[in-house]
Amino acid sequence: MSTSSSLLNIQGLDKSFQTEQQSVQALRQIELDVKEGEFVTVIGPSGCGKSTLLRIIAGLDTGYEGSVKLGGQPITGPGIDKGFIFQEPRLFPWLTVEKNIAADLSLRDKDVRRRVDELIELVKLKGFEQAYPKALSGGMAQRVAIARALLRNPRILLLDEPFGALDAFTRAHMQEVLLDIWERNGTTMILVTHDIDEAVFLGNRIIILKPRPGEIRGRVTVDLPYPRKKSSAGFQEFRYKVLNEFERIDELAFGEAGAGI
Amino acid sequence: MREQAHTLPSGTLTAQRRRVRTGSGGFGRHFLVAALLPAIILVVWQWAGSTGRVSPLLLPSPLAIGEAFVRLSLSGELFIQLWHSLVRASTGVFYGSLAALLLGGIVGLSRTVRKLVDPSLQLLRLTPSLATAPIIILWFGFGETSKIVIIGFGAFFPLYMSMVQSILGVDSKLTEVTRVLAFGRGKQLTRLVLPAALPGILSGLRLSIAYGWLGLVVAELLGSQSGIGYLMSHAQTNSQPEVIFVGVIIFAVMGKLIDLFVVTIERRLLRWRDSFTGN
Repeated sequence: MSTSSSLLNIQGLDKSFQTEQQSVQALRQIELDVKEGEFVTVIGPSGCGKSTLLRIIAGLDTGYEGSVKLGGQPITGPGIDKGFIFQEPRLFPWLTVEKNIAADLSLRDKDVRRRVDELIELVKLKGFEQAYPKALSGGMAQRVAIARALLRNPRILLLDEPFGALDAFTRAHMQEVLLDIWERNGTTMILVTHDIDEAVFLGNRIIILKPRPGEIRGRVTVDLPYPRKKSSAGFQEFRYKVLNEFERIDELAFGEAGAGI
Repeated sequence: MREQAHTLPSGTLTAQRRRVRTGSGGFGRHFLVAALLPAIILVVWQWAGSTGRVSPLLLPSPLAIGEAFVRLSLSGELFIQLWHSLVRASTGVFYGSLAALLLGGIVGLSRTVRKLVDPSLQLLRLTPSLATAPIIILWFGFGETSKIVIIGFGAFFPLYMSMVQSILGVDSKLTEVTRVLAFGRGKQLTRLVLPAALPGILSGLRLSIAYGWLGLVVAELLGSQSGIGYLMSHAQTNSQPEVIFVGVIIFAVMGKLIDLFVVTIERRLLRWRDSFTGN
């Protein structure tokens, strides 16, 4: 996998939300550079602004300070060059699997038809083309959502806790499916999670965020070869590394709180 | 997992059918219980009529009503008038729902138009159609136009209301998906708003047809030269109470049949939702 040129570049990103009484800083001074073909996982406790970061990259949230560029161009809004996978599959319940993947495109278009068939093969949903979302399991529905994003050939795929609602077995299976897609397609991916195992299992690089305000507290490069074994010593080593960073965050949080009193 | 999910849709369908079939004994018993009271009433009614305890001018016996029904059917009169009523009701409901779809669509999609138009329409909605009918007749005369306006007026509001509500109620999570996938404005309407609003629109249409049917009764009884309502008011002046009863029954039965028809269409269009049985 060639990981040479920079695809996503974030500099000095600040984001605050205005509530009625006060303004809450969600992200502070985020610096991040993601290279073409990289798989970056972002991990942090709830409220650390990891979803906000992903939504800003997707162009869904605006009104921030700093610079966020994809392929050298500032991000001005959502677009098909930035695929987004939500925690829920968010399929159109009135469309069959294949029509959900096509979404606004027509299956009568030969090119679309061919690509949809390829993607159904890729996400292992052969035989379910005509099924409605209500007949799918959670993992299958999320695979449809992934195929829907991939059909647009995004330059980057953003995944916001995509497997958070799935049971442990399905989640492990989906992680393998996602790695398989990444290895075949080479799509750059940023996946947000609160599951340390998931972050280590998938990422080339792990970004650790701390909450209130959301700041990057650590960066861990995981140089383990794929496929990784969760029970291996190397895996455990990286797991401890990330855990250590978290404990440092906890101490810091307590320390600050103590100082505040 | 593959096998199971694949057979699920047809599986639930046969399960439904089976439940209906095995439950038909229960349904039959329900029907018998429900029919018990009307049957007793019919028997007492007929007895009171044939023994002369009730004047046939006030309450014709069931057999007399049946005779009138057969007589009107054989002469073709009933079907001619029913046809007139149906054409009139369909025309009124057509224009009323068309206006509701267009206006409701615009009001649902545009916040500005909504603020401008909706409050006035809400006020108008609460005016009973019986009260507005004389004004409509005053403006449009006793001809066909006023009747269609009365029916259309009745049919307009239920569909208008549900049109606006269903457009406003489109799941914002799915709207976000269409933003991420960069749907154009047209696709946003045809692939998101319309299908998402369809269940609401259809139940609105069902109500609209029922209200249009009510409007038809009002319009035809207030003066008309044709239709079931005309048959009834004509019978009233000629003291043929049994014909009035035939008219009442026709209105009721037709109302129910039309409703069944709409429900069937609804089931068809909403297959993606309706076969969902839970568990």
